Amino acid sequence: MIDFDKWQEIFNSIRRHPLRTILTALGVFWGIFMLVLLLGAGRGLQNGVEYEFRDDATNSVWVRRGVTSLPYQGLPKGRRIRFTNEDYDMLAEHFKEVEYLTGRFYLSGDQTITYGKTALSYSVRAVHPDHRYLENTMMKSGRYINETDLKEYRKVAVIGAVVQKDLFGDEPPLGKQIKIGSTIYTVVGSYTDTGGDDEMRIIYIPVSTAQKVYAGTEELHQLMFTTGDMGLEEIQQLQEEVRDAFARRHQFDVNDRKALYVFGAAEEYQKFMNLFAAIRAFVWFVGLGSIVAGVIGVSNIMLIVVKDRTKEIGIRKALGATPRSIIAMILQESILITAVAGYLGLLAGVGAISLMESIAVEYFRSPRVDLGVGIAATLVLVAAGALAGLMPARKAAQINPVVAMREG
Amino acid sequence: MIQLRNIRKSYKTGYTQLEVLKGIDLDIEAGAFASIMGSSGSGKSTLLNIIGILDEYDEGDYRLDGRMIKGLSQTEAAQYRNRFIGFVFQSFNLLPFKTAQENVALPLYYQKMDRKKRQALAMEYLDMVGLADWAEHLPNQLSGGQQQRVAIARALITQPKVILADEPTGALDSHTSYEVMQLFQKVNKEGITVIIVTHENDIAAMTRRVIRLRDGIIESGGVAASASS
Ligand SMILES: Nc1ncnc2c1ncn2[C@@H]1O[C@H](COP(=O)(O)OP(=O)(O)OP(=O)(O)O)[C@@H](O)[C@H]1O
Ligand SMILES: [Mg+2]
Repeated sequence: MIDFDKWQEIFNSIRRHPLRTILTALGVFWGIFMLVLLLGAGRGLQNGVEYEFRDDATNSVWVRRGVTSLPYQGLPKGRRIRFTNEDYDMLAEHFKEVEYLTGRFYLSGDQTITYGKTALSYSVRAVHPDHRYLENTMMKSGRYINETDLKEYRKVAVIGAVVQKDLFGDEPPLGKQIKIGSTIYTVVGSYTDTGGDDEMRIIYIPVSTAQKVYAGTEELHQLMFTTGDMGLEEIQQLQEEVRDAFARRHQFDVNDRKALYVFGAAEEYQKFMNLFAAIRAFVWFVGLGSIVAGVIGVSNIMLIVVKDRTKEIGIRKALGATPRSIIAMILQESILITAVAGYLGLLAGVGAISLMESIAVEYFRSPRVDLGVGIAATLVLVAAGALAGLMPARKAAQINPVVAMREG
Repeated sequence: MIQLRNIRKSYKTGYTQLEVLKGIDLDIEAGAFASIMGSSGSGKSTLLNIIGILDEYDEGDYRLDGRMIKGLSQTEAAQYRNRFIGFVFQSFNLLPFKTAQENVALPLYYQKMDRKKRQALAMEYLDMVGLADWAEHLPNQLSGGQQQRVAIARALITQPKVILADEPTGALDSHTSYEVMQLFQKVNKEGITVIIVTHENDIAAMTRRVIRLRDGIIESGGVAASASS
């Protein structure tokens, strides 16, 4: 059974000092509110960035062409670097540690795609079969581009789910003929992509076909590969070796960072993860700081409470109050205030975070506090509140009743 | 009931040590109605507080109802106070935010008696001191005499063996003082030992034994006197 008398004593005391109680509670409330808010916001930021990365394999490396900015062995600067199938072959041959490798050939601008009477505009990428692993492409029906397509320069197309819906509606698309520009392709597959609608507005065709039909050369616009389960340092090492190999083939200075861009998603991802670790540490630091401030506030106010109630405590002791009962009296008040204020702070924090959830900003998504952390924080706070009250309470219990009663 | 042997007590103030009680020998029998007199600073309150286990003494022996009162823990001291002793103070020492009834009931709270029983008993004792109609009043709504009667009811509610009163009439006019003293007489008639510290001769005259203190020593009315009374 709940000790009614004790509660009544506590509420009595609280009622007698509403302002003091509110100030104490406010400190605690603010501490836990800030902690919850900061933790939630930190998580939102992390979720946001992870979301931005969700589309592409985090172990992918992109190699892009640039323009030389340094003269090299008599060659002037300002030379445009171009990739061909030979670059693809070189990577495939010399870098066995590469897991999936693809080139990309972009058809300039959006293409007009015609099916029957429908004509719409989409972007078209010409790729190698491995491309699907680099974009996290998931087949919905049919198949992806394969080696035979490349070898035989087949005019086949794999279309995104959005393209499929726009062009075919409910009709099954496989085997249907569409026109890309003026060339006819057969649809062999359709796919979905976690990257969202924009990623499903793309049409993939074999890279060899595109080179033959649209360029008449073996040119590639970009190369991409994944690195399997290599560690960050191995990946960075590999990136440097790739740069080296390209510098030798295309005759530019290895240190010419504008001639070639080698971009590792893992490195970027790691950078973000490091940033988050720092943000998290900061959040905990600030959050715990404000909780500590709250606890110190409680402790201070409890000291004032004890001082204020010295005479009362003296009288109670004269009437037979044991030190224990005095400690309990002071402590329970402190615990009650911190628990209620902490709980309200938790609620307010969670409320504020659900408000933030409706804000749609890039790199900020689903801010959330896991319940465990929230509950742990509240428990810690209640314990801290007890601890904060303990010192003043023990002081109160030791008061000499004769001296205490002489006060006020 | 109360046996003091060579009780000494001194206070340290800064670097000096003030000897307040310099060897008190005192016997007070059960059912006594005694007053302690002496000039200001002679150590009356100090002595009463030691008897009431509110304060500790440095040397000597103190027996209360046969129990040795020495080196008690704070908890034990609190329990003895609660069960054996009732206090009445010059300044009443009621809790200002509690009603008369709640004030009277408070010692029973520390006996863990349940609330209903407590409140009912408090009502009986308030009735006994003639304040049943004032049960719901806060101390600041009562006169000094009424407050002191509430305090007496509070001291009596645990049925203590000893009532200790430090200048209980010090803040009251003479008429009210007599009323309060009559109450003490009535309490004493029921067999409770009553010890009162006072400055006033007429108040002391209403008790059956006067103990005189002077410079921390019993001048008269101590052990020897008690034998003759
Ligand atoms: N806690 C204390 N610390 C230091 N000195 C004290 C303390 N309590 C009492 N004294 C000193 O001890 C002496 C005796 O005090 P006590 O209160 O016993 O006197 P009293 O006889 O009750 O005087 P009064 O008639 O004025 O109440 C005084 O000189 C007082 O200043
Ligand atoms: Mg005194």
